[in-house]
Amino acid sequence: MNGETIMTFKGVTFGYGPHLVLNDVSFSIKRGEYVGIVGPNGGGKTTLLKLVLGLLKPQKGKITLFGKDPEETRSRIGYVPQYFNVDRQFPINVAALIEAGLLNHCGFLPMSKKEAKAKIAEALKSVYLDGYQTRAVGELSGGELQRALIARALVSSPEILLLDEPTANVDPAVGVSLYGLFQELNKNHTIIIVSHDIGFVTSSVTSILCLNEKLYQHDGSKLTPEVIESLYGGHVHLVNHCHHCHGEEEEC
Amino acid sequence: MLSDPFLLKALLAGLLISVACGIVGSLVVVRRLTFITGGIAHAVLGGVGVALFFNIAPVWGIFISGQLAALILGIVSRMVKRYEEPIIAALWSIGMALGVLLAALSPGYQSDLMSYLFGNILLISPLDIVNVVVLDAIIIIITALFYKPLRIVCFDEEYATLRGLPTNFFYLLLLSLIALTVICVMRVVGLIMVIALMALPPTMMLRHTNRLHIVMLGSSLISAALIAAGLLISFRFDYPSGATIVLLTGLVFLVKTIISELRAKA
Repeated sequence: MNGETIMTFKGVTFGYGPHLVLNDVSFSIKRGEYVGIVGPNGGGKTTLLKLVLGLLKPQKGKITLFGKDPEETRSRIGYVPQYFNVDRQFPINVAALIEAGLLNHCGFLPMSKKEAKAKIAEALKSVYLDGYQTRAVGELSGGELQRALIARALVSSPEILLLDEPTANVDPAVGVSLYGLFQELNKNHTIIIVSHDIGFVTSSVTSILCLNEKLYQHDGSKLTPEVIESLYGGHVHLVNHCHHCHGEEEEC
Repeated sequence: MLSDPFLLKALLAGLLISVACGIVGSLVVVRRLTFITGGIAHAVLGGVGVALFFNIAPVWGIFISGQLAALILGIVSRMVKRYEEPIIAALWSIGMALGVLLAALSPGYQSDLMSYLFGNILLISPLDIVNVVVLDAIIIIITALFYKPLRIVCFDEEYATLRGLPTNFFYLLLLSLIALTVICVMRVVGLIMVIALMALPPTMMLRHTNRLHIVMLGSSLISAALIAAGLLISFRFDYPSGATIVLLTGLVFLVKTIISELRAKA
Protein backbone atom coordinates (compact mmCIF):
# COMPACT_ATOMS: atom_id res chain seq x y z
CA MET A 1 0.00 0.00 0.00
CA ASN A 2 1.87 3.08 -1.26
CA GLY A 3 1.65 6.28 0.80
CA GLU A 4 1.52 4.63 4.23
CA THR A 5 4.10 6.09 6.67
CA ILE A 6 6.50 3.29 7.64
CA MET A 7 9.31 5.17 9.39
CA THR A 8 9.27 8.27 11.62
CA PHE A 9 11.95 10.22 13.48
CA LYS A 10 10.52 12.71 16.00
CA GLY A 11 12.99 15.15 17.60
CA VAL A 12 15.76 12.53 17.62
CA THR A 13 19.01 13.61 19.29
CA PHE A 14 22.10 11.42 19.60
CA GLY A 15 25.73 12.04 20.52
CA TYR A 16 28.91 10.23 21.49
CA GLY A 17 29.94 11.76 24.82
CA PRO A 18 29.59 15.56 24.72
CA HIS A 19 29.70 15.65 20.90
CA LEU A 20 26.24 15.78 19.32
CA VAL A 21 25.98 13.89 16.04
CA LEU A 22 22.25 14.27 15.43
CA ASN A 23 20.35 17.22 16.86
CA ASP A 24 16.56 17.29 16.94
CA VAL A 25 16.09 15.38 13.69
CA SER A 26 12.52 14.81 12.50
CA PHE A 27 11.27 13.25 9.27
CA SER A 28 9.06 10.49 8.00
CA ILE A 29 9.30 8.05 5.10
CA LYS A 30 6.34 6.60 3.22
CA ARG A 31 6.07 3.18 1.63
CA GLY A 32 7.36 3.08 -1.94
CA GLU A 33 9.62 6.12 -1.55
CA TYR A 34 13.22 6.20 -2.83
CA VAL A 35 15.11 8.30 -0.30
CA GLY A 36 18.71 9.50 -0.47
CA ILE A 37 20.48 10.51 2.74
CA VAL A 38 23.44 12.74 1.90
CA GLY A 39 25.88 14.83 3.91
CA PRO A 40 29.55 15.30 4.72
CA ASN A 41 31.68 12.74 6.56
CA GLY A 42 30.91 12.88 10.28
CA GLY A 43 27.54 14.50 9.53
CA GLY A 44 25.59 11.68 11.18
CA LYS A 45 24.63 9.46 8.21
CA THR A 46 26.00 6.24 9.68
CA THR A 47 24.61 7.08 13.12
CA LEU A 48 21.17 7.65 11.60
CA LEU A 49 21.44 4.30 9.82
CA LYS A 50 22.32 2.52 13.07
CA LEU A 51 19.38 4.21 14.80
CA VAL A 52 17.04 3.00 12.03
CA LEU A 53 18.38 -0.53 12.53
CA GLY A 54 17.92 -0.34 16.30
CA LEU A 55 21.66 -0.84 16.90
CA LEU A 56 21.71 2.53 18.74
CA LYS A 57 19.02 4.11 20.92
CA PRO A 58 18.17 7.85 20.65
CA GLN A 59 19.09 9.96 23.67
CA LYS A 60 16.06 12.17 23.02
CA GLY A 61 13.09 11.79 20.76
CA LYS A 62 11.41 8.73 19.27
CA ILE A 63 11.90 6.46 16.26
CA THR A 64 9.20 4.17 14.94
CA LEU A 65 9.58 1.56 12.22
CA PHE A 66 6.29 0.10 10.99
CA GLY A 67 4.71 1.74 14.04
CA LYS A 68 6.96 -0.06 16.54
CA ASP A 69 10.42 0.14 18.10
CA PRO A 70 13.07 -0.56 15.37
CA GLU A 71 14.52 -3.48 17.35
CA GLU A 72 11.18 -5.31 17.05
CA THR A 73 10.63 -4.71 13.35
CA ARG A 74 14.12 -4.42 11.84
CA SER A 75 13.84 -7.91 10.32
CA ARG A 76 11.55 -6.25 7.75
CA ILE A 77 14.55 -4.21 6.56
CA GLY A 78 17.03 -5.62 4.05
CA TYR A 79 20.31 -4.05 5.13
CA VAL A 80 23.18 -3.82 2.63
CA PRO A 81 26.48 -2.86 4.33
CA GLN A 82 29.46 -1.28 2.60
CA TYR A 83 31.09 -4.09 0.63
CA PHE A 84 34.65 -3.23 1.66
CA ASN A 85 33.75 -4.04 5.30
CA VAL A 86 33.25 -7.66 4.23
CA ASP A 87 36.02 -10.08 5.25
CA ARG A 88 37.15 -11.33 1.85
CA GLN A 89 39.54 -13.89 3.33
CA PHE A 90 36.63 -15.77 4.92
CA PRO A 91 36.00 -19.20 3.34
CA ILE A 92 32.44 -18.65 2.16
CA ASN A 93 30.80 -18.86 -1.26
CA VAL A 94 28.03 -16.69 -2.67
CA ALA A 95 25.26 -19.24 -1.97
CA ALA A 96 26.24 -19.47 1.72
CA LEU A 97 26.47 -15.66 1.95
CA ILE A 98 22.93 -15.25 0.61
CA GLU A 99 21.60 -18.17 2.64
CA ALA A 100 22.32 -16.09 5.78
CA GLY A 101 19.39 -13.89 4.74
CA LEU A 102 17.08 -16.91 5.03
CA LEU A 103 18.10 -18.06 8.52
CA ASN A 104 15.51 -17.69 11.27
CA HIS A 105 16.29 -16.09 14.66
CA CYS A 106 17.70 -19.41 15.96
CA GLY A 107 20.10 -19.63 13.02
CA PHE A 108 18.33 -22.48 11.21
CA LEU A 109 16.81 -22.66 7.73
CA PRO A 110 13.02 -22.54 8.13
CA MET A 111 12.50 -24.35 4.80
CA SER A 112 13.78 -27.31 2.79
CA LYS A 113 17.22 -27.14 1.14
CA LYS A 114 15.55 -27.30 -2.28
CA GLU A 115 13.33 -24.32 -1.46
CA ALA A 116 16.32 -22.36 -0.10
CA LYS A 117 18.31 -23.11 -3.28
CA ALA A 118 15.44 -21.83 -5.43
CA LYS A 119 15.16 -18.62 -3.40
CA ILE A 120 18.93 -18.04 -3.59
CA ALA A 121 18.87 -18.55 -7.37
CA GLU A 122 15.95 -16.12 -7.67
CA ALA A 123 17.72 -13.46 -5.57
CA LEU A 124 20.88 -13.82 -7.67
CA LYS A 125 18.87 -13.51 -10.85
CA SER A 126 17.29 -10.27 -9.64
CA VAL A 127 20.75 -8.70 -9.28
CA TYR A 128 22.03 -10.20 -12.56
CA LEU A 129 24.40 -12.68 -10.89
CA ASP A 130 22.86 -15.89 -12.25
CA GLY A 131 25.07 -18.92 -11.67
CA TYR A 132 27.35 -17.26 -9.10
CA GLN A 133 26.37 -19.67 -6.27
CA THR A 134 29.70 -21.51 -6.02
CA ARG A 135 31.95 -18.49 -6.54
CA ALA A 136 34.11 -17.53 -3.53
CA VAL A 137 33.15 -14.18 -1.99
CA GLY A 138 36.84 -13.24 -1.96
CA GLU A 139 37.06 -13.62 -5.76
CA LEU A 140 34.21 -11.22 -6.58
CA SER A 141 34.86 -7.72 -7.91
CA GLY A 142 33.60 -4.75 -5.87
CA GLY A 143 30.48 -4.37 -8.03
CA GLU A 144 29.74 -8.14 -7.94
CA LEU A 145 30.14 -8.28 -4.17
CA GLN A 146 27.84 -5.26 -3.79
CA ARG A 147 25.23 -7.07 -5.90
CA ALA A 148 25.69 -10.28 -3.87
CA LEU A 149 25.07 -8.30 -0.66
CA ILE A 150 21.92 -6.81 -2.22
CA ALA A 151 20.81 -10.36 -3.10
CA ARG A 152 21.36 -11.37 0.56
CA ALA A 153 19.11 -8.50 1.60
CA LEU A 154 16.47 -9.32 -1.06
CA VAL A 155 16.25 -13.04 -0.29
CA SER A 156 14.49 -12.34 3.03
CA SER A 157 11.71 -10.45 1.13
CA PRO A 158 12.21 -7.14 2.96
CA GLU A 159 9.85 -4.19 2.69
CA ILE A 160 12.66 -1.63 2.95
CA LEU A 161 16.10 -1.84 1.35
CA LEU A 162 18.65 0.15 3.34
CA LEU A 163 21.94 0.65 1.49
CA ASP A 164 25.06 2.11 3.10
CA GLU A 165 27.32 3.88 0.56
CA PRO A 166 26.58 1.36 -2.21
CA THR A 167 28.76 3.10 -4.79
CA ALA A 168 31.75 3.93 -2.58
CA ASN A 169 34.97 2.53 -4.09
CA VAL A 170 33.32 1.13 -7.22
CA ASP A 171 34.04 2.30 -10.78
CA PRO A 172 31.69 5.02 -12.12
CA ALA A 173 30.33 2.59 -14.71
CA VAL A 174 29.51 0.05 -11.97
CA GLY A 175 27.91 2.88 -9.95
CA VAL A 176 25.64 3.76 -12.87
CA SER A 177 24.55 0.14 -13.29
CA LEU A 178 23.91 -0.17 -9.54
CA TYR A 179 21.68 2.93 -9.53
CA GLY A 180 19.82 1.46 -12.51
CA LEU A 181 19.27 -1.69 -10.43
CA PHE A 182 18.01 0.36 -7.44
CA GLN A 183 15.44 2.11 -9.63
CA GLU A 184 14.23 -1.28 -10.79
CA LEU A 185 14.06 -2.60 -7.20
CA ASN A 186 12.14 0.54 -6.15
CA LYS A 187 9.13 -0.83 -8.06
CA ASN A 188 8.61 -3.33 -5.22
CA HIS A 189 10.60 -1.92 -2.31
CA THR A 190 11.01 1.29 -0.35
CA ILE A 191 14.67 2.22 -0.80
CA ILE A 192 16.87 4.30 1.50
CA ILE A 193 20.39 5.04 0.30
CA VAL A 194 23.05 6.59 2.52
CA SER A 195 25.71 8.22 0.39
CA HIS A 196 28.13 11.09 0.11
CA ASP A 197 27.86 10.90 -3.67
CA ILE A 198 25.38 13.75 -4.20
CA GLY A 199 25.62 13.50 -7.98
CA PHE A 200 24.44 9.92 -8.15
CA VAL A 201 21.82 10.21 -5.42
CA THR A 202 20.10 13.36 -6.71
CA SER A 203 19.81 11.91 -10.20
CA SER A 204 17.56 9.07 -9.13
CA VAL A 205 15.83 9.48 -5.74
CA THR A 206 12.35 10.83 -5.08
CA SER A 207 13.31 12.62 -1.86
CA ILE A 208 16.50 13.69 -0.15
CA LEU A 209 17.57 14.05 3.47
CA CYS A 210 20.55 16.38 3.88
CA LEU A 211 22.25 15.65 7.13
CA ASN A 212 24.96 17.53 8.96
CA GLU A 213 24.03 17.16 12.63
CA LYS A 214 20.72 18.80 11.74
CA LEU A 215 18.36 17.88 8.95
CA TYR A 216 18.57 20.49 6.19
CA GLN A 217 16.02 19.41 3.67
CA HIS A 218 13.43 16.75 3.15
CA ASP A 219 11.33 16.96 0.06
CA GLY A 220 11.46 15.91 -3.52
CA SER A 221 12.55 19.29 -4.85
CA LYS A 222 15.85 19.76 -6.61
CA LEU A 223 18.89 20.02 -4.37
CA THR A 224 20.16 23.54 -4.99
CA PRO A 225 23.81 24.67 -4.71
CA GLU A 226 22.73 26.95 -1.79
CA VAL A 227 21.40 23.98 0.20
CA ILE A 228 24.56 22.00 -0.51
CA GLU A 229 26.76 24.92 0.58
CA SER A 230 24.86 25.30 3.85
CA LEU A 231 25.09 21.52 4.34
CA TYR A 232 28.85 21.33 3.81
CA GLY A 233 29.51 24.68 5.56
CA GLY A 234 31.37 26.36 2.70
CA HIS A 235 31.63 26.82 -1.03
CA VAL A 236 31.08 23.61 -2.95
CA HIS A 237 32.08 23.10 -6.56
CA LEU A 238 29.05 21.28 -7.90
CA VAL A 239 29.38 19.15 -11.01
CA ASN A 240 26.23 17.62 -12.48
CA HIS A 241 27.16 14.23 -13.89
CA CYS A 242 25.28 13.26 -17.00
CA HIS A 243 25.01 9.50 -16.44
CA HIS A 244 23.44 8.79 -19.78
CA CYS A 245 25.99 10.80 -21.74
CA HIS A 246 29.56 9.83 -22.43
CA GLY A 247 32.19 12.12 -20.98
CA GLU A 248 29.89 15.16 -20.85
CA GLU A 249 29.42 16.98 -17.56
CA GLU A 250 27.53 20.13 -16.78
CA GLU A 251 29.12 22.43 -14.20
CA CYS A 252 27.43 25.08 -12.09
CA MET B 1 58.95 -48.80 16.82
CA LEU B 2 55.24 -48.91 15.92
CA SER B 3 54.68 -51.88 18.22
CA ASP B 4 55.56 -49.77 21.27
CA PRO B 5 52.36 -49.44 23.35
CA PHE B 6 53.35 -45.92 24.55
CA LEU B 7 53.74 -44.71 20.98
CA LEU B 8 50.53 -46.37 19.77
CA LYS B 9 48.60 -44.78 22.65
CA ALA B 10 50.18 -41.42 21.87
CA LEU B 11 49.35 -41.75 18.15
CA LEU B 12 45.74 -42.58 18.98
CA ALA B 13 45.52 -39.56 21.30
CA GLY B 14 47.13 -37.37 18.64
CA LEU B 15 44.62 -38.44 15.98
CA LEU B 16 41.71 -37.79 18.33
CA ILE B 17 43.07 -34.39 19.32
CA SER B 18 43.52 -33.34 15.70
CA VAL B 19 39.74 -33.53 15.21
CA ALA B 20 39.11 -30.89 17.90
CA CYS B 21 42.08 -28.86 16.68
CA GLY B 22 40.91 -28.80 13.07
CA ILE B 23 37.28 -27.92 13.79
CA VAL B 24 37.71 -25.28 16.49
CA GLY B 25 41.05 -24.02 15.17
CA SER B 26 39.28 -23.15 11.89
CA LEU B 27 36.71 -21.04 13.77
CA VAL B 28 39.53 -19.39 15.75
CA VAL B 29 41.36 -18.44 12.56
CA VAL B 30 38.39 -17.15 10.54
CA ARG B 31 37.05 -15.18 13.55
CA ARG B 32 40.61 -13.99 14.39
CA LEU B 33 40.54 -15.17 18.00
CA THR B 34 44.11 -16.44 18.39
CA PHE B 35 45.00 -13.86 21.08
CA ILE B 36 41.90 -14.83 23.10
CA THR B 37 42.84 -18.51 22.65
CA GLY B 38 46.27 -17.74 24.10
CA GLY B 39 44.61 -15.96 27.04
CA ILE B 40 42.37 -18.93 27.78
CA ALA B 41 45.27 -21.40 27.47
CA HIS B 42 47.44 -19.52 29.95
CA ALA B 43 44.56 -18.89 32.36
CA VAL B 44 44.13 -22.68 32.53
CA LEU B 45 47.52 -22.98 34.25
CA GLY B 46 46.03 -21.10 37.23
CA GLY B 47 43.41 -23.84 37.46
CA VAL B 48 46.13 -26.50 37.37
CA GLY B 49 47.95 -24.71 40.22
CA VAL B 50 44.78 -24.52 42.33
CA ALA B 51 44.07 -28.22 41.70
CA LEU B 52 47.63 -29.24 42.66
CA PHE B 53 47.54 -27.03 45.78
CA PHE B 54 44.27 -28.50 47.04
CA ASN B 55 45.24 -32.01 45.90
CA ILE B 56 42.26 -32.52 43.60
CA ALA B 57 42.27 -34.04 40.09
CA PRO B 58 43.90 -31.44 37.76
CA VAL B 59 41.30 -32.18 35.07
CA TRP B 60 38.70 -30.35 37.18
CA GLY B 61 41.00 -27.37 37.69
CA ILE B 62 41.67 -27.26 33.95
CA PHE B 63 38.02 -27.60 32.98
CA ILE B 64 36.67 -25.01 35.44
CA SER B 65 39.44 -22.45 34.86
CA GLY B 66 39.17 -22.82 31.05
CA GLN B 67 35.42 -22.31 31.01
CA LEU B 68 35.64 -19.48 33.58
CA ALA B 69 38.28 -17.67 31.49
CA ALA B 70 36.11 -18.09 28.36
CA LEU B 71 33.07 -16.72 30.20
CA ILE B 72 34.95 -13.71 31.63
CA LEU B 73 36.48 -12.86 28.26
CA GLY B 74 33.16 -13.30 26.48
CA ILE B 75 31.24 -11.08 28.87
CA VAL B 76 33.94 -8.38 29.00
CA SER B 77 34.33 -8.24 25.22
CA ARG B 78 30.56 -7.88 24.80
CA MET B 79 29.97 -5.32 27.55
CA VAL B 80 33.09 -3.14 27.57
CA LYS B 81 34.99 -3.76 24.35
CA ARG B 82 37.83 -1.41 25.30
CA TYR B 83 38.78 -3.66 28.23
CA GLU B 84 38.98 -6.81 26.08
CA GLU B 85 42.73 -6.71 25.40
CA PRO B 86 43.78 -5.71 28.96
CA ILE B 87 41.58 -8.52 30.36
CA ILE B 88 43.18 -11.06 28.00
CA ALA B 89 46.63 -9.86 29.10
CA ALA B 90 45.59 -10.03 32.77
CA LEU B 91 44.16 -13.56 32.48
CA TRP B 92 47.23 -14.62 30.50
CA SER B 93 49.80 -13.47 33.05
CA ILE B 94 47.80 -13.90 36.27
CA GLY B 95 46.83 -17.45 35.27
CA MET B 96 50.48 -18.37 34.71
CA ALA B 97 51.65 -16.62 37.89
CA LEU B 98 48.99 -18.36 39.97
CA GLY B 99 49.87 -21.73 38.46
CA VAL B 100 53.62 -21.33 39.07
CA LEU B 101 53.16 -19.99 42.62
CA LEU B 102 50.64 -22.60 43.79
CA ALA B 103 52.65 -25.45 42.21
CA ALA B 104 55.74 -24.17 44.07
CA LEU B 105 53.74 -24.28 47.31
CA SER B 106 52.67 -27.87 46.56
CA PRO B 107 55.73 -30.10 47.21
CA GLY B 108 56.44 -32.76 44.61
CA TYR B 109 54.24 -31.31 41.88
CA GLN B 110 56.82 -29.29 39.93
CA SER B 111 57.12 -31.94 37.20
CA ASP B 112 53.33 -32.11 36.84
CA LEU B 113 53.27 -28.39 36.11
CA MET B 114 56.01 -28.78 33.50
CA SER B 115 53.99 -31.45 31.68
CA TYR B 116 51.09 -28.99 31.37
CA LEU B 117 53.39 -26.21 30.18
CA PHE B 118 55.23 -28.23 27.56
CA GLY B 119 53.00 -31.30 27.14
CA ASN B 120 53.88 -34.97 27.29
CA ILE B 121 51.69 -37.09 25.08
CA LEU B 122 53.73 -40.21 25.81
CA LEU B 123 52.47 -40.14 29.39
CA ILE B 124 48.81 -39.78 28.40
CA SER B 125 46.56 -42.11 30.42
CA PRO B 126 43.62 -44.25 29.19
CA LEU B 127 41.32 -41.90 31.12
CA ASP B 128 42.80 -38.92 29.20
CA ILE B 129 42.00 -40.71 25.94
CA VAL B 130 38.40 -41.29 27.06
CA ASN B 131 38.18 -37.59 27.97
CA VAL B 132 39.42 -36.59 24.50
CA VAL B 133 36.87 -38.91 22.85
CA VAL B 134 34.07 -37.28 24.89
CA LEU B 135 35.34 -33.77 24.11
CA ASP B 136 35.63 -34.60 20.40
CA ALA B 137 32.04 -35.87 20.42
CA ILE B 138 30.83 -32.66 22.12
CA ILE B 139 32.70 -30.47 19.63
CA ILE B 140 31.46 -32.42 16.58
CA ILE B 141 27.83 -32.44 17.75
CA ILE B 142 27.75 -28.73 18.65
CA THR B 143 29.52 -27.66 15.46
CA ALA B 144 27.27 -29.83 13.27
CA LEU B 145 24.14 -28.57 15.01
CA PHE B 146 25.08 -24.88 14.96
CA TYR B 147 27.27 -24.82 11.83
CA LYS B 148 25.24 -22.22 9.89
CA PRO B 149 24.73 -19.74 12.76
CA LEU B 150 28.36 -20.12 13.90
CA ARG B 151 29.52 -19.45 10.33
CA ILE B 152 27.43 -16.31 9.92
CA VAL B 153 28.33 -14.99 13.41
CA CYS B 154 32.02 -15.48 12.58
CA PHE B 155 31.64 -13.92 9.12
CA ASP B 156 29.37 -10.94 9.76
CA GLU B 157 28.23 -10.52 13.35
CA GLU B 158 26.38 -7.25 12.70
CA TYR B 159 24.25 -8.89 10.02
CA ALA B 160 23.59 -11.88 12.28
CA THR B 161 22.38 -9.47 14.99
CA LEU B 162 20.06 -7.75 12.52
CA ARG B 163 18.62 -11.14 11.50
CA GLY B 164 17.74 -11.64 15.19
CA LEU B 165 20.30 -14.37 15.93
CA PRO B 166 21.44 -14.58 19.59
CA THR B 167 24.99 -13.50 18.72
CA ASN B 168 26.13 -13.20 22.35
CA PHE B 169 25.10 -16.81 22.97
CA PHE B 170 26.97 -18.04 19.88
CA TYR B 171 30.07 -16.00 20.77
CA LEU B 172 30.14 -17.48 24.28
CA LEU B 173 29.54 -20.95 22.80
CA LEU B 174 32.52 -20.44 20.49
CA LEU B 175 34.76 -19.36 23.40
CA SER B 176 33.56 -22.37 25.38
CA LEU B 177 34.49 -24.67 22.46
CA ILE B 178 37.92 -23.00 22.33
CA ALA B 179 38.41 -23.67 26.06
CA LEU B 180 37.44 -27.34 25.57
CA THR B 181 39.90 -27.71 22.69
CA VAL B 182 42.69 -26.03 24.63
CA ILE B 183 42.11 -28.60 27.37
CA CYS B 184 42.54 -31.41 24.81
CA VAL B 185 45.53 -29.99 22.99
CA MET B 186 47.53 -28.90 26.04
CA ARG B 187 48.06 -32.57 26.96
CA VAL B 188 49.94 -32.99 23.67
CA VAL B 189 51.97 -29.87 23.08
CA GLY B 190 51.46 -27.98 26.34
CA LEU B 191 49.63 -24.72 26.81
CA ILE B 192 52.55 -22.55 25.68
CA MET B 193 52.48 -24.07 22.19
CA VAL B 194 48.78 -24.73 21.86
CA ILE B 195 48.15 -21.73 19.58
CA ALA B 196 50.46 -23.02 16.84
CA LEU B 197 48.59 -26.31 16.50
CA MET B 198 45.18 -24.58 16.46
CA ALA B 199 46.04 -21.69 14.13
CA LEU B 200 48.56 -22.92 11.56
CA PRO B 201 46.77 -25.92 9.92
CA PRO B 202 43.54 -23.92 9.24
CA THR B 203 45.60 -21.01 7.87
CA MET B 204 47.27 -23.45 5.46
CA MET B 205 43.83 -24.68 4.32
CA LEU B 206 42.29 -21.23 3.75
CA ARG B 207 43.97 -20.80 0.37
CA HIS B 208 42.46 -23.98 -1.01
CA THR B 209 38.71 -23.74 -0.45
CA ASN B 210 35.82 -21.31 -0.04
CA ARG B 211 33.89 -23.65 2.25
CA LEU B 212 34.36 -23.55 6.02
CA HIS B 213 33.59 -27.24 6.62
CA ILE B 214 36.29 -28.21 4.10
CA VAL B 215 38.74 -25.98 6.01
CA MET B 216 37.75 -27.87 9.19
CA LEU B 217 38.16 -31.29 7.59
CA GLY B 218 41.44 -30.42 5.87
CA SER B 219 42.86 -28.84 9.04
CA SER B 220 42.02 -31.98 11.03
CA LEU B 221 43.84 -34.13 8.48
CA ILE B 222 46.87 -31.80 8.40
CA SER B 223 46.96 -31.74 12.23
CA ALA B 224 46.73 -35.54 12.36
CA ALA B 225 49.60 -35.93 9.89
CA LEU B 226 51.78 -33.37 11.68
CA ILE B 227 51.11 -34.80 15.15
CA ALA B 228 51.85 -38.35 13.92
CA ALA B 229 55.03 -37.29 12.09
CA GLY B 230 56.20 -35.17 15.05
CA LEU B 231 55.58 -38.06 17.44
CA LEU B 232 57.52 -40.52 15.28
CA ILE B 233 60.46 -38.13 14.98
CA SER B 234 60.49 -37.35 18.70
CA PHE B 235 60.24 -41.04 19.58
CA ARG B 236 63.01 -42.01 17.15
CA PHE B 237 65.48 -39.32 18.26
CA ASP B 238 64.29 -38.99 21.87
CA TYR B 239 63.26 -35.33 21.45
CA PRO B 240 60.54 -33.64 23.56
CA SER B 241 57.30 -34.55 21.71
CA GLY B 242 55.40 -31.24 22.07
CA ALA B 243 58.28 -29.08 20.87
CA THR B 244 58.98 -31.45 17.94
CA ILE B 245 55.32 -31.38 16.80
CA VAL B 246 55.13 -27.57 16.99
CA LEU B 247 58.47 -27.04 15.23
CA LEU B 248 57.44 -29.42 12.46
CA THR B 249 54.08 -27.60 12.14
CA GLY B 250 55.86 -24.25 11.96
CA LEU B 251 58.33 -25.53 9.38
CA VAL B 252 55.62 -26.99 7.12
CA PHE B 253 53.61 -23.75 7.46
CA LEU B 254 56.64 -21.65 6.52
CA VAL B 255 57.56 -23.76 3.48
CA LYS B 256 53.93 -23.93 2.27
CA THR B 257 53.46 -20.16 2.68
CA ILE B 258 56.64 -19.40 0.73
CA ILE B 259 55.64 -21.80 -2.07
CA SER B 260 52.10 -20.36 -2.21
CA GLU B 261 53.39 -16.77 -2.35
CA LEU B 262 55.89 -17.62 -5.09
CA ARG B 263 53.17 -19.39 -7.10
CA ALA B 264 50.82 -16.40 -6.64
CA LYS B 265 53.49 -14.02 -7.98
CA ALA B 266 54.46 -16.30 -10.89
